[in-house]
Amino acid sequence: MLLIPCPWCGPRDEAEFHYGGQAHVAYPQDPAALSDEQWARYLFFRDNPKGVFAERWSHSAGCRRWFNALRDTATNEIHAVYRVGEPKPVTS
Amino acid sequence: MMQLPEHPDWLWESAAPKRSYDVVIVGAGGHGLATAYYLARNHGITDVAVLERGWLAGGNMARNTTIIRSNYLWDESAGIYEHALKLWETLEEELDYPLLFSQRGVLNLAHSLQDVRDSVRRVEANRLNGVDAEWLDPRQVKEVCPIVNISQDVRYPVLGATFQPRAGIAKHDHVAWGFAKAAAALGVHFVENCEVTGLRVSNGRVTGVETTRGTIGAGRVALCAAGHTSVVAATAGIDLPLQSHPLQALVSELLEPVHPTVVMSNAVHVYVSQAHKGELVMGAGIDAANSYRQRGAFHIIERQMAAALELFPVFARAHVLRTWGGVVDVSPDASPIVGLSPVEGLYLNCGWGTGGFKATPGVGWCFAHTVAHDEPHPLTAPFSLDRFVTGALVDEHGAAAVAH
Repeated sequence: MLLIPCPWCGPRDEAEFHYGGQAHVAYPQDPAALSDEQWARYLFFRDNPKGVFAERWSHSAGCRRWFNALRDTATNEIHAVYRVGEPKPVTS
Repeated sequence: MMQLPEHPDWLWESAAPKRSYDVVIVGAGGHGLATAYYLARNHGITDVAVLERGWLAGGNMARNTTIIRSNYLWDESAGIYEHALKLWETLEEELDYPLLFSQRGVLNLAHSLQDVRDSVRRVEANRLNGVDAEWLDPRQVKEVCPIVNISQDVRYPVLGATFQPRAGIAKHDHVAWGFAKAAAALGVHFVENCEVTGLRVSNGRVTGVETTRGTIGAGRVALCAAGHTSVVAATAGIDLPLQSHPLQALVSELLEPVHPTVVMSNAVHVYVSQAHKGELVMGAGIDAANSYRQRGAFHIIERQMAAALELFPVFARAHVLRTWGGVVDVSPDASPIVGLSPVEGLYLNCGWGTGGFKATPGVGWCFAHTVAHDEPHPLTAPFSLDRFVTGALVDEHGAAAVAH
């Protein structure tokens, strides 16, 4: 089980959280203007790296707030957590 | 001093790679092995190497819960999964190898009114597609599988189930070895400990693969890399709508035969059968967070056990012997992606998510056709990558049986 450091509550068990997939996927400014290919990309395509991944978590059994994390999908190591609206931290 | 018995005859040779092959298959799991076999058997293409980063059939082929069925909702799915099931029914004779294929049937339980409606609809759809299916009420469920708790006083009562009598299980290792033996006899090479680290592409056409054992030229490359497909495809600049997750399973110690069929439940996320040896084999839903680690979180196992115990009170004193995880590549519509890719000569077989084992012979047959003729097989044509642009999805979240 992951130990996830919620930016508000501190480290808690993974069981308290819900996963939200890739972070920083912006809703298209003008969806109607997109081609089918562009719409498909927005709707269905997400990064799937074996390595550092920026992702969303919700502390659903705690403070109920969303935040972002940088986690390595090859090791499950969490490099950073940051609040929604904050820029993605640079990791070495 | 005790003499060890001699090693039995090798079923295949682990080959050193040649400089090039007509066809390179990435991944020696069930799909890669079946594709190699049917390339040689159906199409006479024998200059084939199957490259495997670990050992033959040591990935998801060694980690799945071996359930075979074809009771999916849509016509497209019925086509490919029923083709596979028909091949399973004669596969032991075809490969001349014991697979312990046992058509003991599968029950898919319904626990809510919506489950009941969906299940009855699926039974009717199956019948229209020539797939055997019945709707059973709780009493009939109990007749098929006496150890299921059909009390209506539990948190998720059994309100009925779909039943596919021709479904069943097979011994996964034997399936891999059977295909490997038969393909090796036709001249296919298996190269183990050979991780593909990159695809070589020139002028939009694949020319070979970079591996941990050097560069290998290839006229055509067929991807059967399951959970690592995104990583391999990315080296040719191809993005795929896949997310990789751990999927966990576990077995109990060996028990007397108590469980005569296969039981699956969408609602409580557990599926159970009893292997020939006697272990109870159980699978869970995927771990929600993307990961390439072949292990998952313990709370998933804990919830899965809670669900299993409510359905099967008789399991209460069984012990978990071991748990493990495999990395599965999940697609947005819970259906696979099989066919051509944006790179000429590079073919995709991925996105099988939690349910690829059952399709092994069927997809091997169709994918070999795709590689041999550079065109989708009619049964896998609906599963092309461009369905995510056209919108012609094959949504099987209801029939895929575990949380996608």
